[in-house]
Amino acid sequence: MSEAPQRPGVRRPGELTARELARFAWRQLTSMRTALVLLLLLALAAVPGSLIPQTSVDSFNASQWKDRHETLAPLYEKLGLFDVYGSTWFAAVYVLLMVSLVGCIVPRCWHYARGIGAQPPAAPARLTRLPDHESLHLDQGDAAVLERARAVLRRRRYRLRRDVPQGADWVAAERGYLREVGNLVFHLSVIVVLVGFAMGNMLGYKGAVILRQGETFSNNLTQYDDFVPGSLFDASNLDPFSFDIEKFDVQWRPLGPNVRDAGQARGYQAHMVYRTSPGAAEQTYDLRVNHPLDLGSSEVFLVGHGYAPIITVRDANGDKAWTGPVNFLPQDASFFSFGVVKAIDAKPDPIGLQGFLYPYFASIGGDPVNLGGQDANPVISMNVFTGDLGLEDGQPQSVYVLDTAKMTQLMTKDADTGKQKPLRLDLAVGDTAKLPNGLGSVTFDGIKPWVRVQISRSPGKDIALGGVVLALIGLCGSLFVRPRRVWVRARPNPEGGTDVEVAVLDRSGGGDTSSVLASIVESLRPGAAAREEQT
Amino acid sequence: MTQTSWESLSNQAVAAAGVVYFLALLAYLAEWALLRQVPVAATRREAIAVGGRAASDTATEADDETNDETNDASAASEVSSEVSEQRIAMAGRLGLLLTALACAVHLVAMVARGMAAEPHRVPWGNMYEFTLSGTFVVTLLFLATRRRFRTSWMGPLVVGFVLVLLMVAVLWLYQPVAPLMEALDSYWLVIHVVSAVIATGAFTLGGITSVLYLVQDRAERRGIEHTRGYLSRVPDTVTLDRVSYRMHAFAFPVWTFAVLITGPIWAHQAWASYWNWDPKEVWAFITWVVYAAYLHARATAGWKGRNAAILALVGVGTLWFNFIGINYFSTSSMHSYARADEAPALLTVATPGT
Ligand code: HEM
Repeated sequence: MSEAPQRPGVRRPGELTARELARFAWRQLTSMRTALVLLLLLALAAVPGSLIPQTSVDSFNASQWKDRHETLAPLYEKLGLFDVYGSTWFAAVYVLLMVSLVGCIVPRCWHYARGIGAQPPAAPARLTRLPDHESLHLDQGDAAVLERARAVLRRRRYRLRRDVPQGADWVAAERGYLREVGNLVFHLSVIVVLVGFAMGNMLGYKGAVILRQGETFSNNLTQYDDFVPGSLFDASNLDPFSFDIEKFDVQWRPLGPNVRDAGQARGYQAHMVYRTSPGAAEQTYDLRVNHPLDLGSSEVFLVGHGYAPIITVRDANGDKAWTGPVNFLPQDASFFSFGVVKAIDAKPDPIGLQGFLYPYFASIGGDPVNLGGQDANPVISMNVFTGDLGLEDGQPQSVYVLDTAKMTQLMTKDADTGKQKPLRLDLAVGDTAKLPNGLGSVTFDGIKPWVRVQISRSPGKDIALGGVVLALIGLCGSLFVRPRRVWVRARPNPEGGTDVEVAVLDRSGGGDTSSVLASIVESLRPGAAAREEQT
Repeated sequence: MTQTSWESLSNQAVAAAGVVYFLALLAYLAEWALLRQVPVAATRREAIAVGGRAASDTATEADDETNDETNDASAASEVSSEVSEQRIAMAGRLGLLLTALACAVHLVAMVARGMAAEPHRVPWGNMYEFTLSGTFVVTLLFLATRRRFRTSWMGPLVVGFVLVLLMVAVLWLYQPVAPLMEALDSYWLVIHVVSAVIATGAFTLGGITSVLYLVQDRAERRGIEHTRGYLSRVPDTVTLDRVSYRMHAFAFPVWTFAVLITGPIWAHQAWASYWNWDPKEVWAFITWVVYAAYLHARATAGWKGRNAAILALVGVGTLWFNFIGINYFSTSSMHSYARADEAPALLTVATPGT
């Protein structure tokens, strides 16, 4: 047999046209099995982001992690593991899932819309073949039984088949049409949520700033300590509000052996005065945790607080090289805090201070102890460095870290051992300490509280919330509405009375049909009608 | 009563509940051991296989019926089997009674815990308290759904599970009572945690059912017919699958409400952002997705049954990992739950990025 000449339009078996291939791929993508695998993949893909610190969640922690893992960090960086939820591969999974969802659900919507008026299917030839069925014998005539069956099913809100042939010996009924609607609503709502979420991520922003008591904030980019804009955020449309932190109040837990969390902060609020725009009237608000201030499309949240000791550094000439409050960062719930001072203008060399604040200092057995967060007896305890602060080389530097690489630490002689040890200045409010070698002096002038506020705009949050609520409603419909079909057949028995068969089919696969069957059979029995009417 | 005496009342109640749970477990184990000696009549297994229609409330009650049907057994063996049937029934009832008692003591422990805090509050401020509440809900849901789902046979597993978790809570998670940290002081906390804990309880019961499903499934696949012992009283795979589905179908919307509605609303108020990809949130989401996959699996050919049950177990794993485990793997969670030995979450957030 010679080779058949290849004609256009005739294909070898197994060969697919591009169109068929596309259709095959589409069908695969929109199959339940694919949806399932993609869901599992999504769960799996979300895992690394919970174990590796994420830049967008906690950039401080992430950068520390990178410093600790020098070999792994560049590799992880390439794989996007420090920003899993913004990475391409994570997006690939959920975009595929959404495509699959649309491809699966939209055609079902059409299908459902067409089927919405559909009638229950006619009774199968033999009801006794169905898994859940019951046969009984009643004394009434068959017409009366069927009439009764219709009434019973109608009362139970079943839809009855209308076009039953004249003289048919059966009744067909169905209920639970809303299950499918619930399922469709649920899946479509998932897309709504995603849209709302994406809007927030693209058009919103999140910024934070530390403000000391008495300071003013007006909403423009330069005022923020850190600012994370969405990818499409337009900085020119920041809301033009401004506010002052007038006063910051904290209720402190008292001290005492029987007090839980002695000395910790319980309940705090920032009294603020704000204007929604430069010309607007002043208004006041007490900003508390869990009670954000709504300012147009932005919201202001209180997310933390701490202390700023006011410190003055004089140099060798007696000139003020630094004076003012410095934000210290709390290290624990007792507000034992860490901070640095960079007196860059000191002559002959810049001076750096680094150390701790004890808001409620006490000396117990010669050891310094912080009793609590209340600023009842503030003491700063600082080490001193001189030399190059490293600020000249143009590299951005954290204001909370002193780069001591090119500095020398001032030392002093230990009174007991005679050995050299780092110089430590312990100052209460009002104290001044002279630096050795006539380098100058350091004064602790006072202390001020600061608050950290977060300002953010999350457009689409109502869309996302509405979407989830809708999804939940749809879900409940999908899970709890039981789609059922019921058939009743009545045939006159030659020896008198009627032979009745009842069958129930649960279409969700999760239902317990036996009790439904039993209860329908029960209501068909004579006497049930009278009993029901009485109640 | 002072705070301290409430707290010690709570601790004593936890210990007492543990003891009573243990006694309940012993009663169940006695029932279990007695069951090994009494074969189940074939009629009963058939009755169960028809979809549990004839299976009565408790296995032991079912056996009373069985006795009537096996009258043709010799009189002597009937007497002895009747005696042991009675003993089995006794042990089973005792187990149930003790479980209910333990549940009541467990409730006392929780209420006292809330009263010990100043101001009084809901007893879920830290992992210890969550575990206390979560296990309570497991027992409560078991007792509440026992009749409806005919799940008395789950008793020993439920009690065993609760007992183990209570021990974990007391040994590793215990923390003295402390006032709630600022961010947790919100009524959204109450709604959020109540729903999360209820869902956790229901998912856990669903998980226990799935374990039994897998065991029965294995036996059925190998053609082993258990005629005596515990497994002979456990329903067949069809019933187990349905009970498991019902538990999950109840828990899933509640979980959705907890982690995707109330959680974000509260997070928005407290942390200025309704979804932060915080590790706790991530794992709650993972749990949600896995259970969505479970529900899909039940509707997908080739994934029904065994694979679906395995997915349900993966779900329970992620759930309890998130409840207890994630805190030991991640340092950056904002859900630090008033742990006195840690800087409060808000301070962590207060650390500027650069
Ligand atoms: C984010 C993605 C998805 C989530 C969270 C999700 C979740 C769920 C849940 C919870 C159910 C259970 C409701 C029920 O049993 O009726 C369900 C059912 C269903 N899902 Fe999805 N789904 C997703 C994507 C998809 C996709 C991509 C498809 C299509 C391939 C799909 C098709 C279905 C179908 C057909 C059912 C009904 C199953 C039944 O009849 O019981 N889903 N889905």
